[in-house]
Amino acid sequence: MAARRTPPAPAPAASLEGLLTSREIIVACGPGGVGKTTTAAAAAAMAAVELGGKVLVLTVDPAKRLANALGLSGFGNIERRVPDEAFAASGLKPRGQLWAAMLDTKESWDALIRRHAPDAQTREQILANPLYRNISGRFVQSHDYIAMERLFEIHAEGDYDLIVVDTPPTRNALDFLDAPERMADFFSSRLLRWLIVPYRSRLVNMASKPFYQVADRILGTQFLADISEFFVLFQSMYEGFIERAQSVQRLLADRQTSFIVVSTLETVPLREAEFFARALTERKLHLGAIVLNKVLPDYLRDPTGAEVAERLLADAPALAEALGPKLRGIDPVQTGRVLAEIGQSYLDYKVVAQREAEQLAELSEIPDVLVSIPFFETDIYDLGGLLRLGRGLWGQAPV
Amino acid sequence: MVGLLERRLVFVTGKGGVGKTTVAAALGYFAAEQGRRTLLCEVDAKGDIAAYLETGPTSFAERQVHPRLWAMSMDTEASLREYLRLHLKIPMVGRIGPLARAFDFVATAAPGVREILTVGKLAYEVRERHYDLVVVDASATGHIVGQLAAPQAINDLVKVGLIRSQTDWMLDILSDPAKTGLVIVTTPEEMPVNETMELAARVREETTVELAAVIVNRVLPELFGRSEEEVFEKLSKPTPRAELRRLVGGDPGPVLDAARLAVTLRRTRAGHLERLREGIDPSVPMLFLPQMFSRVHGLRAVRQVAGHLGEELGF
Repeated sequence: MAARRTPPAPAPAASLEGLLTSREIIVACGPGGVGKTTTAAAAAAMAAVELGGKVLVLTVDPAKRLANALGLSGFGNIERRVPDEAFAASGLKPRGQLWAAMLDTKESWDALIRRHAPDAQTREQILANPLYRNISGRFVQSHDYIAMERLFEIHAEGDYDLIVVDTPPTRNALDFLDAPERMADFFSSRLLRWLIVPYRSRLVNMASKPFYQVADRILGTQFLADISEFFVLFQSMYEGFIERAQSVQRLLADRQTSFIVVSTLETVPLREAEFFARALTERKLHLGAIVLNKVLPDYLRDPTGAEVAERLLADAPALAEALGPKLRGIDPVQTGRVLAEIGQSYLDYKVVAQREAEQLAELSEIPDVLVSIPFFETDIYDLGGLLRLGRGLWGQAPV
Repeated sequence: MVGLLERRLVFVTGKGGVGKTTVAAALGYFAAEQGRRTLLCEVDAKGDIAAYLETGPTSFAERQVHPRLWAMSMDTEASLREYLRLHLKIPMVGRIGPLARAFDFVATAAPGVREILTVGKLAYEVRERHYDLVVVDASATGHIVGQLAAPQAINDLVKVGLIRSQTDWMLDILSDPAKTGLVIVTTPEEMPVNETMELAARVREETTVELAAVIVNRVLPELFGRSEEEVFEKLSKPTPRAELRRLVGGDPGPVLDAARLAVTLRRTRAGHLERLREGIDPSVPMLFLPQMFSRVHGLRAVRQVAGHLGEELGF
């Protein structure tokens, strides 16, 4: 492991750069559609370029957006190195290495079963159980757990100096935080043992008999048997699972882990981001930074700009006439249209920029680091774009 | 293809942040205006529908919020209760503690149970003809396939029993394009467009539900045509710019910069729109909603969007 940083005793970081230097795990979270994945990838790319060491960006997004953002495709569960040539295209030579991986939920679940199964027979039975196959493949909420599990595993292997994780788009932004705990609760539930009794002994006591009759009527015997088998088999991995889930929980709360909440200044995402930031603090998890993405340029709130725009809109024909001599060969009617258009357009965007500024002023949860990333006129679709974004993130003074 | 409002059950999905809930609310509102008895259901109970419609909090029990418009929010536990009461004639589930808890447990563990309780309730409203149209503010793109495929998944898992007979009729409703359709809301930006195309493919392969429309939200206005763009370029040159400054008594820089930003944005987005058109089956209608710059919230915003939606639907 490259000796990039000293053992964990991180001082409060005053910049994103400081944060990335002092932590081993950065979890990027926040509402959907704000550029969370891109921000995570940009931060990781910058860390690889500027700080050195081995940096991994782990995306757990099933929509496979990181692959897009990096201009690469075909990431699997396996970590892949982003080639230095990709940086060379932007005229950069990274001091460290950038690695990327995407979460394959099914593959990760299978790996987990292989690790925890007490013997080959149990392993094969679980892997073949229809309920298991559905949970691992289709079951939405299992993403949350497996994402955190995979993070734990990669961290435990110790190959990377810094891991930047992009979190799954959850129904509720907090789902993935609670996932390990929920999983532990789930497997330690008394109900679970209760449910699998009939499968084990087929001796149903009188008190619970009506329940099984009803359950049988509703779900059908085969399905009940599948459920029971699944839980009986999982029971054998119970200890391992609980322990693991608790370790994951500890890792998230550890001082080497920091959370970055990404948002835009739009009302709805920002409200969700604030809620998230508060929840992190309540859980005693470290809120390292809030990153505000796609912030409109300041010139849209320039008072002179607004006056000029109003004037253009109001007096377009007269102004066009007056400009005539300086715009030879152009129909003043057309000039007038253009002047009115650009005036109106400025005022339109001004409304949005104004609203954003107000949102920013009202932000209640302010961490050590608050970074605004300017609005990029074009999309970020390659490493060069990521690095451009990254430079915006980097060393930028708090807003 | 069957028109959007001629269907009975319309799921509205989209990547987070594209305006899915606004569009769902507007669609429901417009349908009601057109005389359809409409139920609007919010699946991820965040209370956004209530905020948009400026009505009190919604719950599992439908409540009329406007003429011909009812609203509810999904609650899988309440759905289970209703299901047991109506279909299995099992009353008082609340009092059979272990059974309720066991179901909660199975619902957490077993694939598709929560999903099917959601889809089941909606399909039930359609089957019973309580409404002309049910509009669902459904899960985001990452989750919608799991939800729509749930009846099939359960059907594969459960071979006999009452649930099996229940999923059969749900599948009939979901698979019938005259009854059910999916709407994907997107914006003309790179990631939402990518996700929309991916989702359209997955819906085709993994579910039996027809993609009824793609609604592109926040389409930017075209600032000017080609010849006007030339005028703009000339206007930006030092001499006319200085003259403009003198005439209006202030620096036109911010306005010119903003115009350039608007033009670039519009152009970038046009590229994504083109990709979207190429990536989506041409038989799927594509509707466009303009970017709203004004400071409008709640019901007024819903009405505005509904107006645009109506025009796009040919009303």
